[in-house]
Amino acid sequence: MMTTDSPEKLLAPVLSAHWDEADAYTLAGYRRHEGYQGLRKALAMDPDDVIAYVKDAGLRGRGGAGFPTGMKWQFIPQGDELPHYLVVNADESEPGTCKDIPLLFANPHSLIEGIVIACHAIRSGHAFIYLRGEVVPVLRRLHEAVREAYEAGYLGKDALGPGKDLELTVHAGAGAYICGEETALLDSLEGRRGQPRLRPPFPAVAGLYACPTVVNNVESIASVPALMNKGKEWFRTMGSEKSPGFTLYSLSGHVARPGQYEAPLGVTLRQLLDMSGGMRPGRRLKFWTPGGSSTPMLTDEHLDVPLDYEGVGGAGSMLGTKALQCFDETTCVVRAVTRWTEFYAHESCGKCTPCREGTYWLVQLLHDIEKGAAGPSDLDKLADIADNINGKSFCALGDGAAAPIFSSLQYFREEYERHLAGRGCPFDPAAATAWAARPAGSSRGVTA
Amino acid sequence: MTDVGTNGEAAETRVEVGIPRMPAPDYPADVRERLEADAREIIGRYPDSRSALLPLLHLVQSEEGHVTRTGQRFCAEMLDLTTAEVNAVATFYTMYRRKPSGDYQVGVCTNTLCAVMGGDAIHDSLKEHLGVADGETTGDGKVTLEHIECNAACDFAPVVMVNWEFFDNQTPESARQLVDDLRAGREVSPTRGAPLCTFKETARILAGFPDERREAVHASGPAGPASLEGLRLARGETGPPRVVAPRGETEEPGEGA
Repeated sequence: MMTTDSPEKLLAPVLSAHWDEADAYTLAGYRRHEGYQGLRKALAMDPDDVIAYVKDAGLRGRGGAGFPTGMKWQFIPQGDELPHYLVVNADESEPGTCKDIPLLFANPHSLIEGIVIACHAIRSGHAFIYLRGEVVPVLRRLHEAVREAYEAGYLGKDALGPGKDLELTVHAGAGAYICGEETALLDSLEGRRGQPRLRPPFPAVAGLYACPTVVNNVESIASVPALMNKGKEWFRTMGSEKSPGFTLYSLSGHVARPGQYEAPLGVTLRQLLDMSGGMRPGRRLKFWTPGGSSTPMLTDEHLDVPLDYEGVGGAGSMLGTKALQCFDETTCVVRAVTRWTEFYAHESCGKCTPCREGTYWLVQLLHDIEKGAAGPSDLDKLADIADNINGKSFCALGDGAAAPIFSSLQYFREEYERHLAGRGCPFDPAAATAWAARPAGSSRGVTA
Repeated sequence: MTDVGTNGEAAETRVEVGIPRMPAPDYPADVRERLEADAREIIGRYPDSRSALLPLLHLVQSEEGHVTRTGQRFCAEMLDLTTAEVNAVATFYTMYRRKPSGDYQVGVCTNTLCAVMGGDAIHDSLKEHLGVADGETTGDGKVTLEHIECNAACDFAPVVMVNWEFFDNQTPESARQLVDDLRAGREVSPTRGAPLCTFKETARILAGFPDERREAVHASGPAGPASLEGLRLARGETGPPRVVAPRGETEEPGEGA
């Protein structure tokens, strides 16, 4: 045990603080807990001061890259004649990632309040929420929350002050992982195939309709109202100097209690597992992703890595979306990586050759390896193809496709070799299912 | 494959030789008039009309259950695009169906985490139980079975989506019961989301027209149980660790599907 701190001390529910209240997702439920108070304070400030405030607070993007949110806002040129746009990336599709969807289902007004504040800051009169299409319950709640916000005057005519209207459009996507990439998202929102754009120009200069555009993740924007309401000093009491604040960690897989755990940045997986009952009874952690399948996998050696931008980076991976997918020893790592690679091949948009062709060949090789039909040199070939995608593709999808392959070869090369030597997969997939019988003699879950 | 659409038109997958196809037929006048009014409302939400293309494709899908050549022609005419431009977009996104399908789209997540937790077993079980392959529809036109990618519900794995509503923590048994209920016409409610409507009605919501059932937005409460795990711990509500295996048997009556 690394820590004896109680969950009350280690967790910090802010966005999720009232999710268990029956009307949490309504305007009335949101207002009951100081909802739209951050907006009131922000609207009393000069837009540039709001940007500076968010920048000083140190809020960083929660969608994967961790870019400072205030700095993104600051890049928007001011005094130009062009319309400015805010586009919220709610295309949550990274395998393992499941934070924005429950957030929008239980607390959509935190996003809407954040949108109004951000639009005030960047002087935008029209914002969009690009929601992936495959989540109709969330779309339903967003439709209703936006209607309520219009009715209450937070959106619409003079929402940002006399003569300053604000429109908010909820836009449902149609099924394409690549649209989570911000420039592909913009192309998609313009009614085109979702394919990434060459940068520069960056969206801050030429984004939606070639106008200055900020693209932010749902959780980043939804974090702004509490920050404005309770202050940047309060925000900085959580997390570290470079990674301040609170965030949603999503625990999933072979753990005793999968779910959402909102905590200050820098909590460790060991702390999260210790407080939540560990792995499922009688099983041990084998490998995990810190932030979705595109972040290199880690093992039980990394249980004490602080889950913040620097900590996970220092361990050779990325904080990403904080999607902590935990797999125990019943899981075949080759099967896991093969399935992720099939996903990347399916979702590759086809624009650039390394990713389009490379992911296809990775899948062919992995199929052969999984069934033990490949030769010894094919593991090197696998790494070589991944190397030809990583950093050489048009966008980060290619890097993401290479990450599970590099990292699994780093930690589990021996398991790949067992597939080849034994002419097949040595694992029983039935043992990994949620309904598999627990191993004999086990009672409590163990972490590692 | 020689799938034939409702209008007798060849499905996109068929390779054709010889003379090009004739332009798609238009909608009947009354349908066209109704859809045009909807389309104008959608287009009005965007500074640039082309942004309305994805919602319009959802709209035409809500009319016919899949995106037909007629639907594509309609989108093209409303947005002053060519049908080739519309087709290029319609075929890029997986939610647009290109052939007639069932009233209920049953999607089993088989991305890594759900697959390992049992999604593969559920998918196999449903294929056998329904007697259809992946992507096919049952003979009664009720259920189309598909494997889907990660649907952002990993803490509820394994997940099944029906018409894009959440059926969490599924087992092969619960999933077979689910499709039996759908085929028998029994009312089915998701673990998170509203009582099911048909695929066409779902597509209309996706086009940007709020669910006409006023109570639907309140169905299934603010959050699923897994979403609240951290909150409960933070409040000191510890309790005994939840038994994970077998998860399907630990659900409260009425909580699961």
